[in-house]
Amino acid sequence: MTLDEFVKAFAAEFDDTPAEQFTPATKYRELDEWGSLVALSIISMVDDEMDKRVTGADLRNCTTIEDLYHLVESK
Amino acid sequence: MSSISVKNIAIKGMAGCVPERVQENKDYPGMTPEEIQKYINATGVVRRHCAIHDGSICTSDLCQKAAEKLLADLGWDKSEIDLLVFVSHTTDYKLPATGIVLQDKMGIPTSCLAFDITLGCSGFLVGLGVMGNLMSSGSFRKGLLMVGNTQSEYASPEDRSMTLLLGDAGTVTAIEYDPNSKDEINITYMSDGSGREFVILPDGGSRNPVNEKSFIMEDCGNGIRRTRLHEKMIGDEVFSYGTHFIPKVYEEMRAKFNIEPDEVDYLLLHQANKFLCEKLRKKLKFPPEKVPYNIQEFGNTSGATIPLLMVTELQHELYDRPLNLLAATIGVGFSLGVAQIKTHGKILIPDLMTL
Repeated sequence: MTLDEFVKAFAAEFDDTPAEQFTPATKYRELDEWGSLVALSIISMVDDEMDKRVTGADLRNCTTIEDLYHLVESK
Repeated sequence: MSSISVKNIAIKGMAGCVPERVQENKDYPGMTPEEIQKYINATGVVRRHCAIHDGSICTSDLCQKAAEKLLADLGWDKSEIDLLVFVSHTTDYKLPATGIVLQDKMGIPTSCLAFDITLGCSGFLVGLGVMGNLMSSGSFRKGLLMVGNTQSEYASPEDRSMTLLLGDAGTVTAIEYDPNSKDEINITYMSDGSGREFVILPDGGSRNPVNEKSFIMEDCGNGIRRTRLHEKMIGDEVFSYGTHFIPKVYEEMRAKFNIEPDEVDYLLLHQANKFLCEKLRKKLKFPPEKVPYNIQEFGNTSGATIPLLMVTELQHELYDRPLNLLAATIGVGFSLGVAQIKTHGKILIPDLMTL
């Protein structure tokens, strides 16, 4: 999965935040819609799409979507 | 992963008992009605049956009431019971084992083997495997597998991630040695103690003895407060582990025992929370009609959820016809199990009891 595809898949897990708001540099934990359920959806999306396991700590430790992408890629 | 296959035993009956006292999640004072509704939508938990934890109702009492009724309905004489296994994290005492207390309180002969297994959500599948293997050689003829928890006791009232989730229940499964039985039980297990920090009651064991700091309410963020004598759960870590590894245990079990998903009647998912269960249902590719729920009425009752599903959702079918069931669970530890349970009807299940 490319970074662009990752950002798109990431954005698709949000119901209220418009997709065009998402870029690799988006600080996802600062988004109004960010919360525990969205976090679980991201964990699930990464598992479905990339068969990689993102932990809760990973989501708390990364800042931008790109950070998370590189972390997942390194697993 | 480790797998076992159990033959020569038959499940003859099952029963469940929950506290009569009901707690409605909508009545929780710590959240707004909108927040509570959002929580109910995500977890699926509308209400729970919870004991008052003053010693008047313990897990063993729920299991005992269920067992007394089941034995009477089955017409089993207590003198015939030679194995009693109690699986729980909420025992009567730190010692002795609650299974042995139950032997005495129920009037089961002292000649029986009774012991406890300390496990949570995976308790039914581990108990079934241990007991099945003990019985399949004929060394034991009639056994009672008691699985339950009253762990709403461990939830901090100021921790909505636990207190609105946990319910109490006790179950019993009556198992008989029968070399002609067509029942089949196949189970694959996985254990990973690196997950212990994610579901833990930190103090009160030998590692962290109770001390004055154990009782301090600590601010854990997100409006959650608990002491070190309350159960702590990091929900996203459990979710991350479960959604990733349950499908892997399932695939291994499926390959090892040649299971055709189309031939499965029901997939019984440990009722952890509906959000996790639905993700798992979709990942394992089962349609909604094959995956029953009762989490709305009982919450997460730990090891009791799978037998409780069989009691409340499959009570008549388990008597009327053979069923090819799958069961999957992730629990405290982490301890995971996925099982195939092929039954052949005539499993006696009295109506759910209350105490």
